[in-house]
Amino acid sequence: MLWVVFGSLIGSFGAVQLKAGTQRLEMNLRSLITNWRLGSGVLLYVLSSVFFVFGLRRGELSVLYPLVSLSYVWTTFWSRAFFGEAITRNKIYALGLILAGVTLLGWGKQ
Amino acid sequence: MLLVRVPPSTPEQKRRSLLLAVVATFITAAAQMLIKTGSGRIGEHATLFDTLLGLVTVPSLFAGYALYGVVTVIMVLALRHGELSVVWPIISLSFVWVAILSVLVFHEAMNFAKVAGIAVIITGVAIMGKGGQR
Repeated sequence: MLWVVFGSLIGSFGAVQLKAGTQRLEMNLRSLITNWRLGSGVLLYVLSSVFFVFGLRRGELSVLYPLVSLSYVWTTFWSRAFFGEAITRNKIYALGLILAGVTLLGWGKQ
Repeated sequence: MLLVRVPPSTPEQKRRSLLLAVVATFITAAAQMLIKTGSGRIGEHATLFDTLLGLVTVPSLFAGYALYGVVTVIMVLALRHGELSVVWPIISLSFVWVAILSVLVFHEAMNFAKVAGIAVIITGVAIMGKGGQR
């Protein structure tokens, strides 16, 4: 479980880099390739998959796949910290439910 | 707050968007099956580096992540004419398919805590789709 949780954290940084990358994007191929933030964002996604697969070797898919939703929790905090996006009431409800669901899955795993 | 202007879509286009999103959840579930199968092929004593190599060298892992590429394209098409707050919750249907297939294909146990956990997460993800609204 811990490997997958760590993977979701890395994946959320990937999302931050992609978002930061799109804000500096011009519509031509050269800018798409030389944009280091987009590149590192994709790289972070690959890295998070490595942790996911590593954790999946011995874990149950029915428990570990829903854990991917934890990346929404991290991303909400980074969106506020790095891009000043508001944390609305809906988002707080959503985060609370996701965290509660992950706790239940932790109880349910074999 | 930045609002992006979107030209109005026809009802037919909206209907097709929902269909595309549902198709994407089926493909996501298939991808997860391949990835789980592939994770068992990288070896009992695999290191993180072996796992990284495995993403390219283990056919079922590579195929699983290639399907994720397909899903990304389909979701972009679905979002073109579908409303985000409607299309987004559909994505969490993939949690249901993966849970069912985990039991049928990998013979994983299902219990009350797991079913409740998945249901609660689906609700959370669905609400996330309306995140911008207060």
